[in-house]
Amino acid sequence: MVTSFRRVVRAGFVGFWRNAYVSLASIFVITVALFVIGSTILIDQLLTVSLTQLQAKVDINVYFVTTAAEGDIDSLINSVKALPEVERVTFTSREEALKQFRAKYNGDTTTMQALDELKDNPLGSTIAIQAKETSQYESINRFLTEANNPVVDRINYADNRESIEKLSSIIAAVKQASFVTLIVLLVAAVMITFNTIRLAIFTAKEEISIMRLVGASNMYIRGPFMLQGLMYGLISGVLALLILYPIVMWLGPKTAVFFEFNLFDYFVSNFSYIFGVLVGIGVSLGLVSSVLAVARYLRV
Amino acid sequence: MIYFDNVSKLYNNGQSAAIQEVTFQIDPKEFVSIVGHSGAGKSTLLKMIIAEDRPTSGTVFFESLDIHRIPRNRLPQYRRKIGTVFQDFKLLPHKTAYENVAFAMEANGRTDEEIAENVPQALALVDLTDKAWNFPNELSGGEKQRVAIARAIVNQPDIIVADEPTGNLDPIATYEVVQILRKINDLGTTVVMTTHNKGVIDELGRRVITMDGGRIVRDDESGKYVL
Repeated sequence: MVTSFRRVVRAGFVGFWRNAYVSLASIFVITVALFVIGSTILIDQLLTVSLTQLQAKVDINVYFVTTAAEGDIDSLINSVKALPEVERVTFTSREEALKQFRAKYNGDTTTMQALDELKDNPLGSTIAIQAKETSQYESINRFLTEANNPVVDRINYADNRESIEKLSSIIAAVKQASFVTLIVLLVAAVMITFNTIRLAIFTAKEEISIMRLVGASNMYIRGPFMLQGLMYGLISGVLALLILYPIVMWLGPKTAVFFEFNLFDYFVSNFSYIFGVLVGIGVSLGLVSSVLAVARYLRV
Repeated sequence: MIYFDNVSKLYNNGQSAAIQEVTFQIDPKEFVSIVGHSGAGKSTLLKMIIAEDRPTSGTVFFESLDIHRIPRNRLPQYRRKIGTVFQDFKLLPHKTAYENVAFAMEANGRTDEEIAENVPQALALVDLTDKAWNFPNELSGGEKQRVAIARAIVNQPDIIVADEPTGNLDPIATYEVVQILRKINDLGTTVVMTTHNKGVIDELGRRVITMDGGRIVRDDESGKYVL
């Protein structure tokens, strides 16, 4: 048993080196496939993060009349918070609103003068409501409108509505598209890898038939090829990561500016996950392809 | 030892037959030659013995074992009882003569000590000790076939199955190969061989089964090549 295992391992390594050209071709194909898969994972992550950020920026603002009593506002806030769709409600008091307004128009003397002319704070307090899902803003808006609360001056959902809906549909489309792309790429990768390894094993057809004639067990015949497939996958996984690394390092600062998300940091902090996925897919691709390809010649 | 019981092999839904209703028996330590024209069904018979091909009807036994009922995962064990020799040698081109012979033992799970002991013996038996480290492309046809025979006998099989072993060889190499097969047979191993070569048959003077159109037409204990 141990002797057989040692022989299978040795035959696997010898086969790997002796068919260096074929090994190289297989590794190249798997590397490209894994590189594409790795890129898709990173792009998907980038999209997800930037979409969550965009979603976080979407909200419904409720403007209260300046004379609204604190109790009325509180009860409205509580009833909104009680809605299952609502993620977060942020309250901005009249004083804070004024402070923010002043900070915003600090250099604008005309506005500041106009504001100083007024004896009273012209701004009402506001609440910003964030839903758990973009699609839920509609129902929150309906709830607020139907309540027809006298302390509410204005709800800005109508203004935001179009952009919110557009964003919702873009989010859905992008997620679907990236999922479909990933599936298509995976299928293509599996087929190309399978074919390459099958071609590689085709050259060993004669050898397999001789092994069968001298009474080698199926596992003894299959073993070296499985080991080769495993090595293809392992090497390709590492290669794909080596190619991804400088690209991500270069892209990192750029994505940090544009998406407020540093791809390189993500890559480094999730390295073991990405390593596991790529090498795992590579190894299973190589192994499954070899087993399927050899199976053809093991049939009696 | 081997029994063919009313064996037929049909192709194209019974339109054509490779062998038809063949019944015969091979006893232990026999040297049997199967002769006949191309397409007479000689090779099909041998393929059935090594379980490479299965009959459409009838059964083939190895001792009490129905060859074509052996489960697929037990086939390797069965094949280890048989040594095979082919017209085209079927040597692994990247291995030396020694490695080709050793390979058959490795595949059978023999230990390194057994291999180191038996491979030189087998090569000595076919008189190739001095060419043990040559690759197949450095050997003549006769030498290649002798390597193949060494490989076939190294696991001490019960029977040697040789399909046209002299088909690609010149008369001298043919003579040597037949002498080796005869020597192996004298040492107690059953040999079944197909051939076209009249000289080989007449020289051997052993049992000859003559086939024509998939049927056995003659079976002589000490036969001559008659067709």
